[in-house]
Amino acid sequence: MVLKVENINVYYGAIHAVKDVSFHVDEGEIVTLIGANGAGKSTILKTISGLLRSRGGSIAFMGKNISSAPTNVIVRDGLIQAPEGRAVFLQMTVEENLEMGAFTRPKSGNHARMERVFALFPRLKERRRQPAGTLSGGEQQMLAMGRALMSEPRLFMMDEPSMGLAPILVDQIFEIIGDLNRLGGTILLVEQNARMALSIAARGYVLETGRIIKSAPAADLLEDDDVKKAYLGG
Amino acid sequence: MTFILYLINGVSLGGIYAIIALGYTMVYGIAKMLNFAHGDIIMVGAYVCFFAAASFGIPPVIGVLLAACVCAALGVIIEAFAYKPLRQAASLAVLITAIGVSYLLQNAALLLWKSNPRVFTSIVGTGAVRIWGLSITYVTITTILACIAIMICLTVFTGKTKMGKAMRACAEDKNAASLMGINVNVTISLTFAIGSALAAVAGALLCSAYPTLSPTTGSMPGIKAFTAAVFGGIGSVPGAMLGGVLLGIIEIFAKAYISTQLSDAIVFAVLIVVLLVKPAGLLGRQVHEKV
Ligand SMILES: Nc1ncnc2c1ncn2[C@@H]1O[C@H](COP(=O)(O)OP(=O)(O)O)[C@@H](O)[C@H]1O
Ligand SMILES: [Mg+2]
Repeated sequence: MVLKVENINVYYGAIHAVKDVSFHVDEGEIVTLIGANGAGKSTILKTISGLLRSRGGSIAFMGKNISSAPTNVIVRDGLIQAPEGRAVFLQMTVEENLEMGAFTRPKSGNHARMERVFALFPRLKERRRQPAGTLSGGEQQMLAMGRALMSEPRLFMMDEPSMGLAPILVDQIFEIIGDLNRLGGTILLVEQNARMALSIAARGYVLETGRIIKSAPAADLLEDDDVKKAYLGG
Repeated sequence: MTFILYLINGVSLGGIYAIIALGYTMVYGIAKMLNFAHGDIIMVGAYVCFFAAASFGIPPVIGVLLAACVCAALGVIIEAFAYKPLRQAASLAVLITAIGVSYLLQNAALLLWKSNPRVFTSIVGTGAVRIWGLSITYVTITTILACIAIMICLTVFTGKTKMGKAMRACAEDKNAASLMGINVNVTISLTFAIGSALAAVAGALLCSAYPTLSPTTGSMPGIKAFTAAVFGGIGSVPGAMLGGVLLGIIEIFAKAYISTQLSDAIVFAVLIVVLLVKPAGLLGRQVHEKV
């Protein structure tokens, strides 16, 4: 098991944003966490990355308890996140952004890592010397994903990679996520676009106001009446 | 001919402002705070230099290095104890704390080193070289060279090294930087260390040019360098350099051609005009405050 989250509870002051959430991710899987805006998806990912802390419960990554580990240690252990809204460094070049992704890795391997990222995202190679702020939204999303891949993660968490992208780009991004998985990547995918997420995931969890209300193989969730009604438009 | 001399002296004074302004601007860039105690670090640096030479007979170059190390440590300690606990606090609380730290340093200096001014011995001697009939002091030349060297080093550091790039990443987005595995706390400490070490160098140069040293020595240059940083565009490293040098030139010209008494007023008047026309400063970007 790559990731095992057990009974985490996260608060923003008095707001109880994540309630007794437990789930796990196995090696080589795409697992998706779906839910409406404000359900607590990003909060869960931030907690796993160590930006927020859970009250009680535990988070284990590759068998190691990381519930109180600092973010830089978690990243070094191989757990990376491409955050919501991309959050690329707009004033830095594409290449510099990628270097930052490999911050916890020895500099000597950067060239090879960058070539692998460029093979996945040829557009980034064309624009390697441009500031990230000059890229289009889709290109920025590719950069955010490429930057995360630079750390050669054992678990790749993505927070709404399709957010704000034109449908054709959404298809492209999901295709790449599928490719990464076929290459052996383990992925935790957070999405509001439930249909797309469930179509490439092995398993899914449905989050409603901070609580997991359903968990099942993705194919079953796609057929589930409640899920259809609430998240798949009928 | 005197015009050229004034210009050179202006560039030199401005170089000192620029070195101080770099500290303000780098700290602002990463910690989004105005470190009002920065000017007093200059004073501490100058005292360390002074006692290194006067009490221990340490050679000036080593004295400056020592002062830079002491101030770097002081900057890191101030950040850790006074500013770090306020990282999530309102910016007004941070500002008031910084002013408090400034008074703390001045009063500690008063207690330790007394209020009577010391006569600082120039770190490069008091001679001058004659070039085309102009007499240019060693201090002036050293200051200009030091300024160029610092600018080159900082450009290489922030543009080429892993830590320097991490610093820029943190300045732009701390959460994202953190998610890349960058230790944001260490990066902020490093920024304070560099800024404070530069302040020590500026202190040694300043007191070599204007040799009276007292616990309030850092205040006025601190405020002017802060002005320079805002003038050039706070948060921008080239902006701090440009702002500092321009401010020095304006000040010397105002002293020479208008009035010695009014020179400071003129300097600040220029700042106000620039900010009215270009609120972000000469090289500053319009800031989009993130929520
Ligand atoms: N910084 C914050 N301060 C207070 N409340 C927050 C903060 N961030 C998120 N919340 C609240 O926590 C809940 C979960 O938010 P979030 O995890 O961002 O949801 P999602 O990613 O599923 O859209 C929401 O009700 C949101 O309003
Ligand atoms: Mg979210």
